[in-house]
Amino acid sequence: MWSILRTIWNVFLHAFHKRVTIQYPEQKPYLAPRYRGRIILSRDPDGGERCVACYLCAVACPVDCIALQATQDETGRRYPDFFRINFSRCIYCGYCEEACPTYAIQLTPDMEMSEYTRKNMVYEKEDLLIDGPGKYPDYNFWRIAGVRIGGKDKGEAENEDPPVDLRSLLP
Amino acid sequence: MTSPYPIASVLGILLGVLTLAAGLIWVERRLLALWQDRYGPNRVGPFGLLQVLADTIKILMKEDWVPPFADKPVFVIAPAIIMVTVLLSFAVVPVAPDIYIADLNIGLLFFLAMSSLGVYSIVLAGWASNNKFSLLGAMRAAAQMLSYEVFMGLSLMGVVVLAGSFRLLEIVEAQRGLWFVVPQFVGFVLFLIAGVAETRRLPFDLPEAESELVAGFHAEYSGMKFGMFFVGEYMGVVLISAMISVLFLGGWLGPVLPPVVWFLIKTFFFICFFILLRASLPRPRFDQLMSWGWKVMLPVSLANLLITGAVALSLG
Repeated sequence: MWSILRTIWNVFLHAFHKRVTIQYPEQKPYLAPRYRGRIILSRDPDGGERCVACYLCAVACPVDCIALQATQDETGRRYPDFFRINFSRCIYCGYCEEACPTYAIQLTPDMEMSEYTRKNMVYEKEDLLIDGPGKYPDYNFWRIAGVRIGGKDKGEAENEDPPVDLRSLLP
Repeated sequence: MTSPYPIASVLGILLGVLTLAAGLIWVERRLLALWQDRYGPNRVGPFGLLQVLADTIKILMKEDWVPPFADKPVFVIAPAIIMVTVLLSFAVVPVAPDIYIADLNIGLLFFLAMSSLGVYSIVLAGWASNNKFSLLGAMRAAAQMLSYEVFMGLSLMGVVVLAGSFRLLEIVEAQRGLWFVVPQFVGFVLFLIAGVAETRRLPFDLPEAESELVAGFHAEYSGMKFGMFFVGEYMGVVLISAMISVLFLGGWLGPVLPPVVWFLIKTFFFICFFILLRASLPRPRFDQLMSWGWKVMLPVSLANLLITGAVALSLG
């Protein structure tokens, strides 16, 4: 009996507590940098595209909302010919970001993506690409990878020794 | 005996009660939100007041659907019964010395009779819905309201003994020296609990019990028929709050302010208390509810009546 009265009194005291609601459209909530919102494609610190069109994001995507086509430029550098994300299907799970070996695809704290027509939810590569490196400012995949591309030969990557000539007998 | 301004009283009380009952939808949601550290509806109009209007328009536009397996005439008439009985009860509630509809010499008994008739609405609704959950809710409502009505009436007999009349205007006048909440405190608590059970509000909302019975007796109702049950419940809250203030808190009596304002303040206080109960207390089990009613409340109300009678007799 006493506990019932005490409960009623304690609930009444909540009238003088601060309200926890954030009045959304006028008052924006703080979204952490790791918030999973709109997906972007980032660039190297040098300004080149990070995406190497490995298809891992498209494979990891549980709703198959990512479509892309790999191609190569004349120096052997792989990049996506087109890269399309259908945001009306996307569930913002972040698996694509986890699957990406080059930090190219990233999720951002932007979640205001309402559109009047469904077609406007389909983002092409030019809509997805941003100018900066996103959450990983110093990472440059092509400078680390031991792949020959234009301007960088075998053995010239960071932390990479020059290739050994297997047929030579010299020590 | 009728009021000096019959037409004005009827229209005023009818409109006042209906507006208050509709406004309670907003009041309840805002107050519950306040006690749960939220805001509640605050977008439509100033402070969200037009939410009531939006809800009304929505519920009127909804499809008025009668399930094919239902007993149609009974299904249709059930929501009307609750409105009629509650509105008829307001006929005997004196708002101010000259604002009332009918000053019956058995006003208190009329109120008890009308609140007993209200259970028909729920039992018929549950029966006509032809649905297991509705029937379970209706059976619960019947058992609950029967057992709580017994000591609801008995708890008021102490007031009748003190006032010496069933006429509500005289009961209020008898409280000019001392409100009955002081000598009849036990009766006040008993009537409050019985009133919560009678209006099927939380924590005694077992007939609805949305977590067990979907929505209980009104599970099959939609559109304005559901709205009638909804508004009927709120009018019941207003009625019980008004009766508490008339019977135990001296109705319109109070200093400085005009009588109507005092009546409204007291009534609104108890409406808020009803909502606070909803915000804070969990629902008891059904057997707990029944044993609490018959084994605790009934003996206490009988003892209260006995002691009140003895004291009133010995004091002459």
